[in-house]
Amino acid sequence: MIAILDYGSGNIRSAQRAFEKTKHQVIVTSDYQEAVSADGLVVPGVGAFGSCMKSLLKIDGDKIIKERQQEKKKTLGICVGMQILFESSDELLNGESIKGLGIFPGRVVRLEAPVIPHMGFNEVKVDETSKLFKGIEKERFYFVHSYAAKDPVVGANSYCDYGGGFLAAIESQTVSAVQFHPEKSGAAGLSLIENWASGL
Amino acid sequence: MSLATRIIPCLDVKDGRVVKGINFLNLVDAGDPVEMAQIYNDEGADEITFLDITASSQGRSTTLEVVRKSADQLFIPLTVGGGISSTDDVNQLLRAGADKVSINTAALKRPELINEISESFGSQVLVISIDAKRSRCSSGFEVTTHGGSISTGIDALDWIKEAIERGVGEILLNSMDTDGTRAGYDLELISLVRAISPVPIIASGGAGDISDFAKALESGADALLAASVFHFGIYRISDIKRDLDRKGFTVRQGNQIGQN
Repeated sequence: MIAILDYGSGNIRSAQRAFEKTKHQVIVTSDYQEAVSADGLVVPGVGAFGSCMKSLLKIDGDKIIKERQQEKKKTLGICVGMQILFESSDELLNGESIKGLGIFPGRVVRLEAPVIPHMGFNEVKVDETSKLFKGIEKERFYFVHSYAAKDPVVGANSYCDYGGGFLAAIESQTVSAVQFHPEKSGAAGLSLIENWASGL
Repeated sequence: MSLATRIIPCLDVKDGRVVKGINFLNLVDAGDPVEMAQIYNDEGADEITFLDITASSQGRSTTLEVVRKSADQLFIPLTVGGGISSTDDVNQLLRAGADKVSINTAALKRPELINEISESFGSQVLVISIDAKRSRCSSGFEVTTHGGSISTGIDALDWIKEAIERGVGEILLNSMDTDGTRAGYDLELISLVRAISPVPIIASGGAGDISDFAKALESGADALLAASVFHFGIYRISDIKRDLDRKGFTVRQGNQIGQN
């Protein structure tokens, strides 16, 4: 079973439908036990870094993700759901820097391109050891964000370039994450979701 | 490695039905927005925009149903505009499966709405739709409402600057002078807005000839929206992409999602 963590407003429905294309049963939940015990957990991104972290903490999302990591259960972060896995971000909340989960070291930084947000389909330079991108190495994925992580993690690091290189996807043993939206990346995105789900 | 130009077909939806002329031979139901959106998706559309022109509140719930059904089948971004005047409206649409909302008149009446939406949901969900028309304003363009028929006296560039400052993530730039004429996008308008806008610009209004799309990109547009050239089957999305590709612009190739 795949659980999609529901911890705020936003379009979770598309993620739900996209993950339902796999063979797994999908639930949308904010329940601690359900989220901890699911075979796979999806952490969608909601709004900005700070508000996302605050909403996540309200449902003990930090503990859910860390407990799953200890139990070697797989978690997939999407968009801001990837960013909050790092220690901190340039994106402030009312002038205040909000701490991330710190599962991966490093800071999420603002993109340096003439046009921000980075919005649309872009290519990814896929890590040779990547499992997520198997069979879809040359495809484009849908990005919509103004901030991104740049510090490589232990595991597979796949990069995108928009005013400089940044991490498009990271894959560690248990926690993986994508800066783009696989649920909005057409057929290629559905393949990526299938690749992740088949490893559960 | 570079970002692909987005091609965005726009569907006008009223009471859950597509209202502009549609000319696709393989359509079972020419008025079904979900089926139309699916066809555009298969043809390689990079996003879909629904413009809800429903007046009644009963019709609004029909629109939510259309958004839900589309989001169930479409795995590309969906923008919904029309009649949005509060964060509650936005929340309902996002919950139904929209990725972005576009606002227009409501933001002119109450600009704080921009701040409220971007603070609640992030600026990436918010598109400001501007109906610009040539006038004696200092920039040469003013903001209009009601399909260009009512002048607001507000300078289009001033309004765009304010909207960006308040937190919009994207500009849908409609030219009321070229809209429906198929005489080409208003290139002067696009380049004026490009000069002041750090957020993406979607050019809209006037696409007719296949060469119009590349011209809009050369003038500074990031994405291209069109309605009638697609609905009437004058060009297919793949034709436009082929032309852009030939001219050196980056495009994404097609997107047929398998049935299984």
